[in-house]
Order: sequence, then structure tokens, then C-alpha cells
Amino acid sequence: MRLRHLIALLPLIAAGGAAAESDNYVDIARGKALVTAGDCVACHTAPGGTPFAGGLPLQTPFGVIMTPNITPDNATGIGNWSANDLARAMHEGRRPGGTYLYPAFPYPYYTKVSRADVEAIYAYLRSLPAVSNSVNRNTLPFPFNIRLSMSGWNALFFTPGTFAADPKRSDEFNRGAYLAEGLGHCGACHTPFNAFGASKASQYLRGNQIDNWTAPNITNDMHAGLGKWSVDDIVQYLKTGQTRFSLASGPMKDVIENSTSKMPAADLKAIAVYLRERGAAGSPAPVPLASSDPRMQAGEAIFTDTCSACHMRSGAGVEHMFPKLAGNVVATQDDPASLIRIVVAGGRAAATDERPTSPAMPSLGYRLDDDEVAAVVTYVRNSWGNAASPVSADTVRALRSKVTRVGE
Amino acid sequence: MARRLPRKDVVIVGLGWTGSILAYELARTGLEVVAIERGPWRDTAADFNIGTTPDELRYAVRHDMFLRPKQETLTMRNNPSQTALPIRKWGSFLPGNGVGGAGLHWNGQTWRFLPDDFRIRSHMIERYGESILPEGNHIQDWPVSYDELEPYYDKFEYVAGISGKAGNIKGDIQPGGNPFEGVRERDYPTPPMTQGFAQGLFTKAATGLGLHPFPRPSANISIAYTNPYGCSMAPCTYCGFCERFGCANYSKASPQTCVLPALVREPSFEARTECEVTKVNLSVDGKTATGVTYVDASGEEWEQPGDIVLVCAYSLFNVRLLLLSGIGKPYDQASDEGVVGRNYAYQTGSGSTAFFEDAKFNPFAAAGSLGVALDDYNSDNFDHGPHGFVGGASITSAHTNGRPIQYHPTPKGAPTWGSAWKKAVHETYQRVTNVGAQGSVMSYRNNYLDLDPTYKDPLGRPLLRMTFDYQDNERKMANWMADRCDEIAKAMGAKTTQINRLVGPWSVVPYQTTHNTGGAIMGSDPKTSVLNRYLQSWDVSNVFVMGASAFPQNAGYNPTGTVGALTYWALDAIFNYLKSSGPLVQP
Repeated sequence: MRLRHLIALLPLIAAGGAAAESDNYVDIARGKALVTAGDCVACHTAPGGTPFAGGLPLQTPFGVIMTPNITPDNATGIGNWSANDLARAMHEGRRPGGTYLYPAFPYPYYTKVSRADVEAIYAYLRSLPAVSNSVNRNTLPFPFNIRLSMSGWNALFFTPGTFAADPKRSDEFNRGAYLAEGLGHCGACHTPFNAFGASKASQYLRGNQIDNWTAPNITNDMHAGLGKWSVDDIVQYLKTGQTRFSLASGPMKDVIENSTSKMPAADLKAIAVYLRERGAAGSPAPVPLASSDPRMQAGEAIFTDTCSACHMRSGAGVEHMFPKLAGNVVATQDDPASLIRIVVAGGRAAATDERPTSPAMPSLGYRLDDDEVAAVVTYVRNSWGNAASPVSADTVRALRSKVTRVGE
Repeated sequence: MARRLPRKDVVIVGLGWTGSILAYELARTGLEVVAIERGPWRDTAADFNIGTTPDELRYAVRHDMFLRPKQETLTMRNNPSQTALPIRKWGSFLPGNGVGGAGLHWNGQTWRFLPDDFRIRSHMIERYGESILPEGNHIQDWPVSYDELEPYYDKFEYVAGISGKAGNIKGDIQPGGNPFEGVRERDYPTPPMTQGFAQGLFTKAATGLGLHPFPRPSANISIAYTNPYGCSMAPCTYCGFCERFGCANYSKASPQTCVLPALVREPSFEARTECEVTKVNLSVDGKTATGVTYVDASGEEWEQPGDIVLVCAYSLFNVRLLLLSGIGKPYDQASDEGVVGRNYAYQTGSGSTAFFEDAKFNPFAAAGSLGVALDDYNSDNFDHGPHGFVGGASITSAHTNGRPIQYHPTPKGAPTWGSAWKKAVHETYQRVTNVGAQGSVMSYRNNYLDLDPTYKDPLGRPLLRMTFDYQDNERKMANWMADRCDEIAKAMGAKTTQINRLVGPWSVVPYQTTHNTGGAIMGSDPKTSVLNRYLQSWDVSNVFVMGASAFPQNAGYNPTGTVGALTYWALDAIFNYLKSSGPLVQP
């Protein structure tokens, strides 16, 4: 079936301008797997648009960036690019003419991708149908619209260079590191930014907030991170969108649906092995709020009334359907954004071949005010063995205004 | 002039239970499948927010999910001497609209018919002689046996996650199950629901009377479950918003919970919603369907060619589509010839309302198929000899809801408005329960469907005309059952009871049941059936018709379990048809 698909594409390749080897099935297939691992489609596709034809507005702290068309259209895509051009973009963050790209395109991660893999990605992108879709690439406000400023940014925050395996580590670990640090660009979401929008190397994978969602700590930290997850749990999560603790939603839902659920099990295991060995300082677990605290009492009342039918009084949830809240990593992150957001605006779990149901959490913002959301979220964060900082109504109000705006 | 679209392997009319199951099973083999559905797309996550779904006014009173009579209705009369008039507000039954069909807003009882039901004519004659059969009857044996359907019942129950207790596994009678049921290969996929106070009283009373109560097989499921398609469900919360509602908890089996999540992932499947199929198109010789014509939401007309057409709409509308398309000879009551529209049947409802002195039934803690039933008086599980009727009923103690707008029971004779009425509701709400009998309806020459000579739909096509009334046989049966219910109600300890009998002509106004059957029945003889034993049209061999329209007469059970089993049974036949086309049964 797949072969037939590729054969059907041949005339398009021939018409697509600069030559990729049209019978190079091996590279094209390998390139497709790599493009899947990099989840390129997620950013390079407008809502409802043709895959890879660009046009998605990316919200950054500095303004909106529209993602480019990466189909092989000569006029509006990258049809004129050579493999060298693609390698330069991925490894150095520069366009063919030398102008600078913004790190919304995660070249600080892609720089680690091997040249051979870039060639395969190139072969696959050449095999796509050329789509004419002109995207405005200059949407950032002054002064961020001055691309030359990125040379200074690069000097400060960008370390070019392809991945070098650690000979002291297993092949599996190194494979996982190559994928996670390179194409997978996990750190782009899961590492805190500094004031200039660069990932803080010292806090690699310790969690961040993206699009008003919590990108949790995914180090091996026992309290804040994935310390309680086995390698198998992580593989299951990436493959199916869920574990016995958790169901993926928010931006990770898209990552799983478009990318990790379609990756080979061996690669997922390698990533899991790598993540399990990312040591973290192991911040001490906070002391949970006392159940006599008025916020906890109000929260419990709301939880019992509004949440417990699905998530159960014990916080145990329902396997494959409603996340377990007891011991849930997202519930106890320092940053409560995801928890608040899901209560206020709802959410939907990932759908994968193995777990197609994709249950939804309804939005409850219409009937819980800021104080009530704060109370119930505080209760969830400090019950059944969970312990995390209480959440204030101000925090809820700030997030509510943002997610309501996002929803417009 | 309809614009012609690219050909598909399979064209499905209607995306409810039968359409979604067939679409998934066929699309997963790589066939190009399009399902054309008259109503809107509906999805648990998008359409059924837990906070807004229990909206009784919107869904139960204002019929949000039902077909608008403006879209399509039917005309109705009690007998051929009357002039039929259009139904302008649904009452006696409530056809669905949109993806999921009636499988979205049903209560969820999922029964197997009894082995005797499938050969009722032969069986009754063998045991009682021909004279037991009522006058003017069209009672027919099914062209398929219980044993043949057993594996397909099993398949449907496991896809839907049904909660129940087996009564007969491989011939071993199981304590607590239904001892009358046909032999099953294995138990239900999930255990029975937790029953309420009324069901406890009923079980004790019925057992004391020598009867055999058991928990009803329920599609409101008792525990979390993942079906063979990978679709997951969560345990029922007994909220009591099932019939007329979508389930926001993923607890009620429906196409939405059990099939669509897998179906929408199939790349060769396409759904076109808000598109109404107006006709199945035929080749010049009338022996092959070439596809369908449909009208989209903006009024554009399209022709969708296809190799196979699967008619999967609601039973009444299956019949109408066949009539409008010229598939099969229309039934003519006067000459008693023809087949399409023949053997329309319905169900009886009767029973006893039981008023207690001190009980607290908490009717709001409920579910659509929560309840305990007994089959001692169903089918031919008892001696019909002394009674002179054919058929039977399942007798049940159930609370499906205690909803605030439509559930305020009062005793007969209580005031119907004002503070005296309020007082009666207040005194009765917690203290009343019901023992009900859902009974079979046989098929008759005088109960049938055809096209109305006068009334048309907005597209100018004649409406379906329903000619139906209960016959003496059904009245006798239902009223005898009402007495049985009353015996049990009294044994439960009711202070007073009120017997609800079947009186007067059938009325289209009060809600009774949406178990409309027949009109496109399956059979062994093309002179008396529309479909062969594989639900394949006798006349047009690439048309298969699913649903309860295939039932030769109706049994004393809810139909969906049998509809599901027949769908999987037909699916195997469709695969055979794909290997070598043509009639699967030679007439």
C-alpha cells in the first residue's frame, strides 16, 4: 500500500524542480520516519491546511511567527533548496542566502542531526507534492523583526555541532539522546526559557510553560519528574498516549498523535532509557496542605460534586478513560497551568491506533469561578499523597483570561 | 441534475449502529467506504459536556436529537378503512437523527431473542396446533436460527461491553441468570449493574412466586471496559439520563463510544453528514444497484456510484427508501400480495403501578437498562394452551429515571394541577414503582406500511403511511401479562396497585416504544419476504438492508441486540458476496 503510494507520487517528483533521486525509496522511507520523529508536520501545517505547506501562527514571547511552506514548490516552498541548504538551515539556523532563522525553528536542537539523516529528510520532503502557499514570513514586531539580531543570540545561546555519542553509555542511551536532543527537540518545550527565549541549559528538561500548558519536568526526579515511571511506562505513553497514571492532552496530544505513536518501538525505548537516566537535583517533596485548610475543604466539596463521578473520590480515575489524579505528575508540577486550564477550558486526550477513544474533559469554567477553580485545583494538588503549592484565584484569573482569548 | 461523484466500493445509507459496524469492518479491509447520513455529526467529546447533557428540557421535552417532523414524518391510521394523517409531533415512538441514530439516545437493553422466537410459527403449530394462530396473521419463521446467530450475538455484546449475567453457558444453567435463554458460549463481557431497592423487592417477591428473576442485560455498563476495537468505556454513574440523551460519561454503548473512534481512523472511510439519500439507483434491468442519489445541506443533488449499497437507516425509513427506489414489490393489503411494507409490527406495554407506604425508591439513581426482569411469561416459556394467544412478554422492575420535568407520578384520580397535585407528587415520588410487561406483537395482513397517496416531504416524495392497531391476540396477551405484573407488585408489598391494561385503539400521542419492526423482512420465500436469510434483497443482489425492518414479527424484547447480531451475520455474507457476486440464496 505504501509502495503504491510512493509510486503514485513519482510524476510529482519529476515535476517538482530540483532533482531528488526519484527511485530512492530507502532514503525517502527513512526520511519519512525522521520527519515523523521530528514532528515537522505539527508546525509546518496551518489549521485545516495541506500538510507541510506552512502557515501556522506560532505564538512566541516576541510575537507571532508564521511557519514556512516546506513542500518542494519553487515559488512559495523550498523547491529551490539543495540538500546543503537544508543542512545549513538545520545545523546553523541560516537560510540559503545566509539570513538568520528564528529559533522557533528549533535549530539549536536540529544541529545535532547527522548529515546522513538530513539527506534522508531532504529526499522525503522532495517527494511531497509541491503546494503553492505563500506565507508572510515577516510578522514579528520591531525590534525582533531584525533577523540580523539573531547573530548575537546565536553567539550567546547556540552551540552548533552534530551529536557526539558518549562512548561510556550504551548504544540505546545514545540513540535515545540523539533523538531526544536532536530531531525530537523535547527540550524546546520541556526546558525553561531565559529572558531571550533560549532554553536554559542548566535546567534541561525540568519543565516549562508553553501556550498556557504545563510542559512538565521529564527528568528522573522522583517528585517533580518521571521518577516513578518505568521505561515501559514512558514507551506506553509515547506509543498510546496513556499510562496507568496519565492521559496525554494539550500540545503533547499532538506530538503523540503525529509523531511518537508512529515511531518504532525501539526508538521509543531508547528515548525512555535516555529520559530515565536524566538525573535531576531531586528537589525535596513539599509538605501537603493540611486537610483542615479552608481551601482544601472547599476544594473537596467541589471535587466531590463536580469531579468524583469520573475521577473517583479516591483520585484513582478510570483506566484508559479518566486520568488518575493520585500521583499524577501533571497535577503536582510547580506550575499549575495545565491543571487550571483543563478545569477551566477542558481538554481532550490523544487518540492513537491502540487507544482510539480520546475521551474529553468538559470545560467547567462556565460554572466554577476563580476562587472555586483555585480551591479544587489546590485540593487535587494536595490529596491522596499529592503535594504541591496551593493555587491562588489570581493565578486562575490570569490563566483564564489567556485561555479564553486563545479560544476566541 | 445530480452531479456524479467518483465510485466507491461500498455506499452506506445511515451511520447508526449497523452502518458504523459495517463501515468499520469493511473499511479496515481496505475497501473504499462512504457513509451518507441525513443528520449531523455527533461526538461524545464535542457534543455531550457532562455539565450540559442532563438538560431535560432540551433533549427530552424538545427532542433535540430526534428527527424533525419537518424533515420527514409519516402518516398514520389504525386500519385500512381510515384516512391516514401526518404525525406532526413525535409521540408513540422517537426516531433518531444524526450520527449514532437511535443507538445514541437509547436506554440500552441488549437482549437475545429466544430460540423459539426464531421458529415461532412452526413451534406453536407443533405444540398447540394451527388453531392457536390468530386470525389474519402473517406469522413467519425466521430464515435463521438462534444457534446460527449465537456467535454474532456474542460479537455484538462484546463490542458493546454489555453488563449482564449469563443464564445458560454451553447448556449449564447459571444461578442468577435467565434459565430460559438460549445456549451461549460465554458470559457477558461485564458483570451486571448494581440494582436498586425496587429490584431487590421484585427479586424476592418473584422468587417467592416460583419465578426466575435476573438482572437485565445492559448497555449502561457496570465497570470500565475496552472492546475488541480498542474503544474504551467508563463505568455508569447511574445519573438517569439515558433515553433521549447522549451519555457524557462514555458509559452507554453507542456507535460513538464503541465503533466511531476506531472507524474515523480508517483512511478509506468517509462520512458525509447532513446529506439525505433520496433514492437507491438501479440499472436499467432493475437487478443491480448502481449507487445512490442524495441531497446535501445546501440542496445540491449528488449521485454517488457504488458497487454495494447497504441500507442502514432506521427501520421505518429503510422501508420507505426501498419503496421510493422500486426495490422489491410493494405490499398490497387488498390482494395480500407484494412484500415491501408487509409485516410491520410494534410492541405492547402493560403492567401494574405499585404504591408503597414507607418505601424510598430514589428513582433518580437510575439507568436506562438498570432493572431486573423475568422471562417466565415470554415467548413460549409457559403453556399457552389455556390462554388462546400467541406471544409473550418480558416482565420487569426498573427505574430508568426520576427526572424533574417528566417524572412526577401520581395515583389515578389525583388532581392534575395546583397545590393538590404538588402534594400528590410529593407524596408519591419516592413511594411508587412499577412492574411492567413489554410484549411481542405478531404480524398481520392489516398491519403494514406503504406510501401515502396524499402527503409528501419537502422534496416532494410521498411520506410513509403506517396502518397499525393492536389485534385481539395482542390485547389478550398484554392484559393477561398486566395481571401477572399485578401479582408480583402485590407480593412486593405494595399497599395499593393500579393495573395498566391495553385499552382503546393504538394512539400515536403518548410515548410507548421506538421498537418499530418489519416492513422489509427476511424470509425463505421471495413471495413473503424482501430479504433472504443474509439480509440481501431478493431482487437487487448488491443491496443489503440492516435493522429491525428485517424482523418477520416482533418479540417481547428490545430489538437492538438482535439488530446487532444480524449485522455481524450479514457482514460475513457480504464478504462472501464480495468473493463472488450474485444472490447468496437462489429463490
